[in-house]
Amino acid sequence: MDGGRQDAGTRVRGGVHSAERHDSAHKHVTGAAEYIDDMVEPVGTLHAYLGLSEAAHAEIASMDLAAVRSAPGVVDVLTAADIPAVNDVSPVHAHDDPVFAEKKVMFWGQPVFAVIAESRLQARHAAALARIEYRPLDAAIDIEAAIAAGSELVTKPLKLERGFVDKALADAPHRIAGSMEIGGQDHFYLEGHIAFAIPGEDETVTIHSSTQHPSEAQNLVSEVLGVAANAVSVQVRRMGGGFGGKESQPALFAAVAALAAKRLNRPVKIRPDRDDDMIATGKRHDFKVAYDVGFDDEGRILGVEGTYAARCGFSADLSGPVTDRALFHADNAYYFPHVRLKSMPLRTNTVSNTAFRGFGGPQGVLGAERIVEEIAYALGKDPLEIRKANFYGPPGRDVTPYHQTVTDSILDRLVGELEESSDYQARRSAILDFNKKGGVIRKGIALTPVKFGISFTATWFNQAGALLHVYRDGSIHLNHGGTEMGQGLFTKVAQVVADCFQVDLDRIRVSATSTEKVPNTSATAASSGSDLNGMAAQDAAEQIKQRLMEFASEKWSVSAEEVTFGPGGVCVGSKTVPFDTLIAEAYMARVHLSAAGFYKTPDIHWDREAGKGRPFYYFAYGAAVSEVSIDTLTGEYRIERTDILHDVGKSLNPAIDKGQVEGGFVQGVGWLTTEELWWDDKGRLRTHAPSTYKIPLASDRPRIFNVALAEWSENKERTIRRSKAVGEPPLMLGISVLEAISMAVASVADYRECPRLDTPATPERVLMAVERLRAHGGAEA
Amino acid sequence: MARGEIRFLLNDREIRLGAVGAGDTLLDHLRLDQRLRGTKEGCAEGDCGACTVLVGRRAGGTIRYETVNACIRLLASVDLCHVVTVEYLRGPEGGLHAVQQAMVDHHGSQCGFCTPGVVMSLYALWMEAGCTSVEAVETALQGNLCRCTGYEPIIRAALEASKTAPDGDFLVAERARVLAQLAGMNDGARVMVSRDESTAILPANAGDLALILGEYKDATIVAGSTDVGLWVTKHMRDISPAIFITHLEELKRISVEEGIVTLGAGVSYSDAAPVIAEHFPHLPEFWSRIGGWQVRNMGTVGGNIANGSPIGDTPPVLIALDAELTLRRAEGSRRIPLEDFFIDYGKQDRAPDEFVEAVHIPLRAAGSLNAAYKISKRRDEDISAVCGAFSLVVKDGMVTSARLAFGGMAATPKRATSAEAALVDQPWSEASVRAAMAALSDDFSPLSDWRASAEYRSRVAANLLLRFYLETTGSQPARLSA
Repeated sequence: MDGGRQDAGTRVRGGVHSAERHDSAHKHVTGAAEYIDDMVEPVGTLHAYLGLSEAAHAEIASMDLAAVRSAPGVVDVLTAADIPAVNDVSPVHAHDDPVFAEKKVMFWGQPVFAVIAESRLQARHAAALARIEYRPLDAAIDIEAAIAAGSELVTKPLKLERGFVDKALADAPHRIAGSMEIGGQDHFYLEGHIAFAIPGEDETVTIHSSTQHPSEAQNLVSEVLGVAANAVSVQVRRMGGGFGGKESQPALFAAVAALAAKRLNRPVKIRPDRDDDMIATGKRHDFKVAYDVGFDDEGRILGVEGTYAARCGFSADLSGPVTDRALFHADNAYYFPHVRLKSMPLRTNTVSNTAFRGFGGPQGVLGAERIVEEIAYALGKDPLEIRKANFYGPPGRDVTPYHQTVTDSILDRLVGELEESSDYQARRSAILDFNKKGGVIRKGIALTPVKFGISFTATWFNQAGALLHVYRDGSIHLNHGGTEMGQGLFTKVAQVVADCFQVDLDRIRVSATSTEKVPNTSATAASSGSDLNGMAAQDAAEQIKQRLMEFASEKWSVSAEEVTFGPGGVCVGSKTVPFDTLIAEAYMARVHLSAAGFYKTPDIHWDREAGKGRPFYYFAYGAAVSEVSIDTLTGEYRIERTDILHDVGKSLNPAIDKGQVEGGFVQGVGWLTTEELWWDDKGRLRTHAPSTYKIPLASDRPRIFNVALAEWSENKERTIRRSKAVGEPPLMLGISVLEAISMAVASVADYRECPRLDTPATPERVLMAVERLRAHGGAEA
Repeated sequence: MARGEIRFLLNDREIRLGAVGAGDTLLDHLRLDQRLRGTKEGCAEGDCGACTVLVGRRAGGTIRYETVNACIRLLASVDLCHVVTVEYLRGPEGGLHAVQQAMVDHHGSQCGFCTPGVVMSLYALWMEAGCTSVEAVETALQGNLCRCTGYEPIIRAALEASKTAPDGDFLVAERARVLAQLAGMNDGARVMVSRDESTAILPANAGDLALILGEYKDATIVAGSTDVGLWVTKHMRDISPAIFITHLEELKRISVEEGIVTLGAGVSYSDAAPVIAEHFPHLPEFWSRIGGWQVRNMGTVGGNIANGSPIGDTPPVLIALDAELTLRRAEGSRRIPLEDFFIDYGKQDRAPDEFVEAVHIPLRAAGSLNAAYKISKRRDEDISAVCGAFSLVVKDGMVTSARLAFGGMAATPKRATSAEAALVDQPWSEASVRAAMAALSDDFSPLSDWRASAEYRSRVAANLLLRFYLETTGSQPARLSA
């Protein structure tokens, strides 16, 4: 392996595979970590606020902004007419995502204008004074309404097909068709959207944007302003959470701030209130999955046909790749011998849904796990048995619906170990006994796996750059295209560089992500941050290292192989030169101590038209066992225990990776249980703040929570130090909780019926499922 | 003679402000005026806790420091208080505080945005009670949302921090000096401050409050501001003139006399918790699910009643306990049954110049059966979908009196009179309970909204009666353990 260099006895502080603290931890706990709203504002800073539409689908009959303009403190009001070039911030250039709605509004909460005032409070008060009249048009709010209305698709659907599914289904000994409604999810990053634009000379503008995708914000702002990309600089030191919600969505705010800043030649900051943030920006897609599965007596899947209808909202945004990824994960960890999967990305008159941790994958995986449940309840077996019977296996059972061969599956071992360590079998049989007593409280347990494909399915995004400077004093400045949103990316990439040079981590300073330092970056998304930027940084470090080795071998007349970087300094032949000394000497000898690194993921390709290719470089795996109790009188539940075994390859930083697993799991549980997006019949989102939209609290986490990394795992591919991506996959481990609740519900009908719990499984849905199963002939409690 | 400025301590500085509007928030003052930007705005409605700071107020000869949400805490109300922000936190040698160090060591922060608020909540718990159990830490964090960590490392950090004792802590050491300083700032006068024609008034005492209400009939009475704060931050309502009452000692009185517990209108949920636990053993678990910790520190029982919400947590509980209310005005006071206070949605039996002075809760007769249940999407810090509170007297197996009150089922908190009638003079049996469950449909036709459907509300309301029966008669658990 490539991470094997190890000098006897000593190690540098903060190299790879060590549990370093987050590089900003001290600043987080003291309040010193600076987020965009904390930055010192230059004198003359103005504040923008958006005016949002109050109709789900309507023509704008009239717009009277006189009261807005004359409100105290107001400096300017911007509408679509004030946009110098293109009124569009569509990340896929679909020209369907205006900065400001013009003539027509497409969802309740769509930005129609912005007001700029001396203070944020003044701008906010003024925005409420607009008088806009609407001529209502028919609105399709949800998936069913969109299908009924024959709504168009926001993007071309995807079809994945292999084998002869019609025949397989027709010939199967057992066949079940059903459907599942899967709710969306708001990101609820604690720091809401914000952008702060400072005008520069000529056409230039610098924008501090809370974005996972600075290059995209740069490009879209340059198009809105009608200037070249080189005039727009986008920077971000850190975000207070992103989760995909700050991939495409920040462009709107960056564009409004930049537009106003250039127009008024004053700094302009825009920060919506939490309610407006939730109403006006996209979320995880709701899905309706319709499935038809054929299987044999042992529960082996013979054929699957599935349709994945998604509420995309009013525009394409990232719905194409999101719904594609749902299909890529519709198999989860299971081999489908014959399969046909279709996406249905529906246009609806709701906010345009967007990226969210897992990016469609979780909805696909959830559909697969529902299919497993259906089979298990139909055959009267433990769902775990069905899972094991269908895992990807040796040749003949190793090809995905998109024709990529699964060569790295470790689920047999991983699930086996977890089943053992969590004492699954004994606990399951104890639970069956407990439920037999027929009390108000019922229990359930479920073990669910995840297999998650790593790489952007848009192959060109799988590239990254880094910029590395070594200064004369031996200190190192690291910059790369990845953004820090709490996931510890800056720490992990710095560890890679520390390890390359064999210097302590505190020698390295990572600076804010900036489009001026590394250009043409990809979003920090798809769990790819460390894989891509770690490699790019390593490339930069290796370049400098190579120059230093050549310099040292020449200066001290040894061969290049005799120059090695160790924790005690650089060994040059028989002598050891301190790193600082080497750098000082190299500078005097005019060695170039700066490098731009680059990386592109090898071996991946994808033909969307054919539905064939190798879209993923590798897969990350994991599994969770959750046990729950439910109250059959109220539908309330509690997670008694969760055990997780997760695969991060050879971890760059086990502490940070474990944090991603724990946090991702709890976020997944929230998605499937208490987080409910509720629109009224007018198309208004009514759960638009933490008072009404309930993400998990400390008391919602499992009463016992055991999380372990599969320490024996090592990426088969040559990723950065053989690690694996970790951001998204653990979210899907939350499915174990849903399925455990489902088992507890099923107990009221003696497990004869699949409860078909839709999500989020709020206490209400759980109680109604209990009542439904009892009505179908289950025993009374 | 009114004082024209508010006075408070902000960390180690004395602040005097004359230009303060009715709706100015503590958070905006900290972030915009004082440039103390460690305290974050996450939601501006008191639900995420990113803005958590400590407010120390004089109580019983010492200072009681409590976590509050600075986003909905109105600035005028910190008059004569000590406001402590994350910037002031420090360890014995000036480095990280034990709570902060543990958060670093246990990887308790990821994006870091919720972290200052989390640190302040943990610090308050650590200082006042110790982070000694997982349950205590979870309760302290009921008002703090974290979207990154899943909380596990935060809990580990809190338990680790409790290994350091708070004896030598800086706020403990400073307490006498701070107390003296606050006492020195107190002139006992009415306070009246304004900014841009928006006025905040802090009466000198309860009598002064009555006088002021007589003069300003359109005034907004502000107690804990856990609801009024949102009128300002979310509805952008002008609440001027606002009359603040939680500093009034007369309204903070708690007494137990002649079989009646009396809570002054300014008593917070946290203030009331010990006496409630002592005299109403069925209530502590329910009480700890009202809001989050910050909200319980700010919010008052009187305010929960006075704002008349159909989904307030305490009215059904107090109605079931047959509580009464004292309303006061300059001319005198009157006492009414609490259930009569709620006339209709948004309409209460309170004249514009009246204020809620106290609520009186009779102790329960020995042998009575009591329960209070709250059903919500999320266990903690959520608003009830349905709240059910029941008080029965059962003699020789027969129900002799029944008070069944519900929240979330009608336009006001309301008794289920048909269901009560189905129980009274009947044996306390499952058959009687099933009859009462059926009768509930005569009592209520609830609404569907984002918290719950009408169908669920009706079903759960009935099932709560069954839970009550099972809990009072059976041996099997009839609900999830706390």
